Amino acid sequence: MTGVTRIRSSKDLARLRGTAQEARRRYRKRVTICNGTGCRACGGLDVTAAFRSELARKGLTDVVQVMPTGCQGYCQRGPIVVVDPPGVFYQRVTAEDVPTVVASTLEADEVVEKLLYTDPLTGEHVPLEKDIRFYAGQQRIVFALNGEIEPSSIDDYIGMGGYEALAKALEDMSPEQIIQEVTDAGLRGRGGAGFPTGVKWRFVREAATFPKYVICNGDEGDPGAFMDRSLLEATPHSVLEGMLIAGYAMGASEAYIYVRAEYPLAIEHVGKALADASTLGLLGEDILGTGLSFHVHIKEGAGAFVCGEETALITSIEGRRGTPRPRPPFPAQSGLFGKPTNINNVETFANVPPIILNGAAWYAGMGTEKSKGTKIFSLTGKVQNNGLVEVPMGTTLRQVIFEIGGGMHEGRDFKAAQMGGPSGGCVPAKHLDLPIDYESLQSIGAIMGSGGLVVMDDRTCMVDVARFFLAFTMSESCGKCVPCRIGTKQMHDTLDGFTRGEGSVDDLTQLEALAQNVKRGSLCGLGQTAPNPVLSTIMHFREEYEAHIVEKRCPAGVCKALLSFRIDSEKCVGCMACAKVCPVNAITGEKKQPHTIDPTLCIKCGQCFEKCKFDAVLRG
Amino acid sequence: MPMKDPLARRWRKGGPGELRRPDDGADLSLLEDALQGLPRNEMSVIPALQRAQEVYGYLPESVLAQIADELRVPWARVYGVATFYAQFHLKPRGRHIVLVCRGTACHVGGASEILGALEERLGIREGETTPDLMFTLETVACLGACALAPVIVVGGRYYGHLDEAKTLAVIDMYTDGNAAPEVQP
Ligand SMILES: Cc1cc2nc3c(=O)[nH]c(=O)nc-3n(C[C@H](O)[C@H](O)[C@H](O)COP(=O)(O)O)c2cc1C
Ligand code: FES
Repeated sequence: MTGVTRIRSSKDLARLRGTAQEARRRYRKRVTICNGTGCRACGGLDVTAAFRSELARKGLTDVVQVMPTGCQGYCQRGPIVVVDPPGVFYQRVTAEDVPTVVASTLEADEVVEKLLYTDPLTGEHVPLEKDIRFYAGQQRIVFALNGEIEPSSIDDYIGMGGYEALAKALEDMSPEQIIQEVTDAGLRGRGGAGFPTGVKWRFVREAATFPKYVICNGDEGDPGAFMDRSLLEATPHSVLEGMLIAGYAMGASEAYIYVRAEYPLAIEHVGKALADASTLGLLGEDILGTGLSFHVHIKEGAGAFVCGEETALITSIEGRRGTPRPRPPFPAQSGLFGKPTNINNVETFANVPPIILNGAAWYAGMGTEKSKGTKIFSLTGKVQNNGLVEVPMGTTLRQVIFEIGGGMHEGRDFKAAQMGGPSGGCVPAKHLDLPIDYESLQSIGAIMGSGGLVVMDDRTCMVDVARFFLAFTMSESCGKCVPCRIGTKQMHDTLDGFTRGEGSVDDLTQLEALAQNVKRGSLCGLGQTAPNPVLSTIMHFREEYEAHIVEKRCPAGVCKALLSFRIDSEKCVGCMACAKVCPVNAITGEKKQPHTIDPTLCIKCGQCFEKCKFDAVLRG
Repeated sequence: MPMKDPLARRWRKGGPGELRRPDDGADLSLLEDALQGLPRNEMSVIPALQRAQEVYGYLPESVLAQIADELRVPWARVYGVATFYAQFHLKPRGRHIVLVCRGTACHVGGASEILGALEERLGIREGETTPDLMFTLETVACLGACALAPVIVVGGRYYGHLDEAKTLAVIDMYTDGNAAPEVQP
């Protein structure tokens, strides 16, 4: 950090912003290299080091800025490198590629063809980041800075207009005005339930007990979701700024950020952000000379999905077993240490600074009637482009999957999208054109949830998917209430039976009844929503259940116990490829003659099926 | 450790702290540094366990008892917390921790096959440690690296886009060299 040692007013902040922008402008070019968890896994740190040493070797360190960023949301293509100007996008870059990039793109303004992204739909190279389908279809507001700043640099954040919203809130707005602004903007909680954020803040503001607490929920236990990880890794200050504004609006001066231990890099970056903000006086006492005091502590989760539930999370911060308790009283009345507590999701807080800066009307201009602004989805599964996608509410699934996502992987058929993880449900093809918002998803048995979006193709078995989620909720059930503890186990066992061809149509009826009872009788959201994956797969794919139960057949070819393999003698050319891969030598036959599979030896591994180039191996 | 708090002494006498402190060979003096700066109250139980596990690799029973004493929290509470959260381990663990992600994207991408291959190669089931204390095999609900699915993490390093063969190649690197390999498979 340079220049100002402590920011005492908005003037100081403006001065620091000027200095930071000045420092940025000194460079002619900038190389941003993603150093998020995903890109690190593929060698992002080595690429960064290679750029540093190559630029030093060529004496270019004063001309070219090396900027390691947080996760840019396109981890699948990592490590990602962008050269600005003009914004050339390179993917899957290795340290060996670095000298070529420096010599061509940085020194001679030429692109390196082999590192460019190829559009899966057109088969053509796309040199510029802004033209890549995955980014072009997005509207990045919360994610605006992800690829623009170094997460551990508070100067970078301030240079890009960071903490301006805080200054505006503290100097020009009263707490009531802030709450009104957030309410008018129509911001709803991004952690799952979609409760109006402004309304929740008002409850806490109106509570007469002190102290009050603010908690940021970064537990993100929903398998298949990673937007909160990305935000905490890439722009931790934006979450912090949202929390500060919330604290001021509600009259709270203590806060906690709860981050799951599985996200070490996020914890590191949040820790650094807290330290830097304290040094500059943006946290602590007398913030921006207004007399406001605000302290933030970081709490590491210890691996329990249920701790994402707000009352369980509070119990966990207090140092006990993270089990939920009945509500009411709601945390806004009696939360952490029995005091009024506001708890919001990471993404919810990150939405606050843009709302304060640009106003409620601007924000409410995006989205649908009841769901405003943008939402980040983590798009994964059998789709070409995997990654984090920020789109306005009301965008259709078709746009997300077939435009931004580039369509299905290997050109297979879309079967369903699972939304909202273990609390959610699946959306079948007939609803692809539904505008996504909180209400529309609920109406078809799915939920927005935290934004997990797993795309499934015709080779995914919906009974297996339901069983997978029930295995998850069963093991994560805290055990405190009976419907959830025993009900999830019973539902899981029934589903497990179906995948092995056991069970009857009666069992299916019973499963549905049990699911309704668990929904009604459970103590917290975990149990209340655990039946959703079962109910929604039955609602949309009942025939697939019946195929398992009645015909003892898995149409998707996933449930091993129900599979059998044989070779179509018409199609088999006798290339012997299948016989070579068979691990148990169950396939026999002469060269150039049709082969056969011995069903008594076959272990149903499916390798012959994958291997055969002539579609001669039949699975059913 | 001088005990001034009368309550604390009672828990200690009442049993658990004193009686249930087996001599499991853990060097309790290491704990003092680890707990430095933590307030002595219930809120510190989870951070204390996290720090202790960093030091010992797992949580020996004597360490749990000592933490209960130090933080003036009933031993049963500490034990309850240690057994509630997936992060805490009451048994020794291997030198290399192999973590298989079972998140949705990884599941759809074949995580079960990968886990099966690992179980077969290492000769242990999920949650177990090889007798030579080289490998511990664990699963995690989701690592948030879904775009790399299926993913495993060995000793803190992420390996993505795996299949059975690639997974076994990763394990081979750790078996042969014993050190974290520098190159990606
Ligand atoms: C089992 C369960 C797990 C949850 N996990 C999370 C989570 O990981 N992150 C989150 O923000 N909210 C989670 N929630 C929702 C929280 O209880 C709470 O509604 C939310 O943090 C409120 O913030 P918001 O209003 O900004 O969405 C979970 C709820 C349940 C029932
Ligand atoms: S980690 Fe690089 S894009 Fe996500």
